[in-house]
Amino acid sequence: MGSEPFIAVRKLKKTFHTHEGALEVLKGIDLEIDRGDIYGIIGFSGAGKSTLLRCLNRLESPDSGTVTIGDVEITALDKTSLNGHRQKVGMIFQQFNLFDSRTVYRNVSFPLEVAGIPKARIRTRVEEILELVELTDKINCHPGQLSGGQKQRVGIARALANQPDVLLSDEATSALDPQTTFSILELLKDINRKLGLTIVLVTHELEVIKYACTKMAVIQDGVIIEKGDVRSVFLNPKSETSKQFIKINDEFLKDFVVEEGGGI
Amino acid sequence: MNELLVLLIAPTLQTLYMIFASTLFSLILGFPLGVLLCVTDSGGIAPRPSLNNAVGRVVNVLRSFPFIILMILVFPLSRIIVGTSIGTTASIVPLSIAAAPFVARIIESALKEVDPGCIQAARAMGSSNRQIILKVLIPEALPSLVAGVTTTIINLIGYSAMAGAIGGGGLGDLAVRYGYQRFRTDVMIVSVIVILVLVELVQLTGSRIGKRLLVKR
Repeated sequence: MGSEPFIAVRKLKKTFHTHEGALEVLKGIDLEIDRGDIYGIIGFSGAGKSTLLRCLNRLESPDSGTVTIGDVEITALDKTSLNGHRQKVGMIFQQFNLFDSRTVYRNVSFPLEVAGIPKARIRTRVEEILELVELTDKINCHPGQLSGGQKQRVGIARALANQPDVLLSDEATSALDPQTTFSILELLKDINRKLGLTIVLVTHELEVIKYACTKMAVIQDGVIIEKGDVRSVFLNPKSETSKQFIKINDEFLKDFVVEEGGGI
Repeated sequence: MNELLVLLIAPTLQTLYMIFASTLFSLILGFPLGVLLCVTDSGGIAPRPSLNNAVGRVVNVLRSFPFIILMILVFPLSRIIVGTSIGTTASIVPLSIAAAPFVARIIESALKEVDPGCIQAARAMGSSNRQIILKVLIPEALPSLVAGVTTTIINLIGYSAMAGAIGGGGLGDLAVRYGYQRFRTDVMIVSVIVILVLVELVQLTGSRIGKRLLVKR
């Protein structure tokens, strides 16, 4: 194994108690993500991928197991230190979850206000980050005046404002059309390159993984059934689900092989 | 005509005074209760089911009292707070107490309309519950909150007409004493018209503020 991975998930378990009884969503997940990875987690709906992601910033509390980011054991933090830690983990969402009552500027400044950063520094930081996502001209708009792609750019700017070490993406492109999806993924790759940010993204779209990720894991019924380099999983899927996923996307797998597999 | 105007001035001012003061106090009492009810709900940001239940019960009990009975029941309290149990100022006590639980429920339901996704985003950014309440729940719910306060004021205009029963004065009292007891139908009609205009003005202002808040989104 060598050195410890940046993000380590060990034996993570989570059961939801619903009216219809107990539902075991995560059945002992082990996962390791290195610094600078764009790590994709894919699965059919209900596989537990969002729950897994939400355990990384403890929006969901696991029943057992540990999550460690850097040298902080997230699962052991008390409420105050958890909030401090969350300020250093950005998150973006499928439905963007912007604050309608706030302008673009004040959406992006929100995490900085929460972290208690002085006003003068907030201004420069917000302007800087809006430039990065190319939304400087929308600074005084309200979310209602923006397109889906622009909203997600605001979401990304907001998630990055406080200079996090990790960005969590919960189906962030699933509500967008294909073209916008690619421009958002391009932005994420760009940020990953420029800032060396570790990105963990959850999706049900294989294209997203193919386009943006360096490593991937396939999750089914609360278990990780396959993980590794995107290329090796794609070219040599071992599990039924992975094969199924790739069969569904047979057409583009072909161009994946042509594009990436030139040397094979 | 002149006599009518003179008759109207004092009761109108009394009504305005009662409405303004009781709106203020019912908000001071009801707003925190509404926040508490929203926050401690099982789906809220700090679930405390038993506390929520207890507060909810008290609010419901207070809301189900007929106002005329409540006015008499709070006599001792009015005496402690304002020194007397009759008169315009004294009537502000029962008015505020009657409206507070109503305000609490209206604030609660306005805050519950806030998109859970926004609350989750705020939580993911490391906000404390206090920050979520002040920076997310209240600002995001502001248009509904304004609509709720508007409804509260209009209800209070209606209630304040009953304050005459404890010597509170106001337009309702004028309508009853002159219009009904002295057969001055003209006074009755004019008082009702003034009340109507008040309601209309409040509604118009409330709607306009609400609309302006929404346009900005």
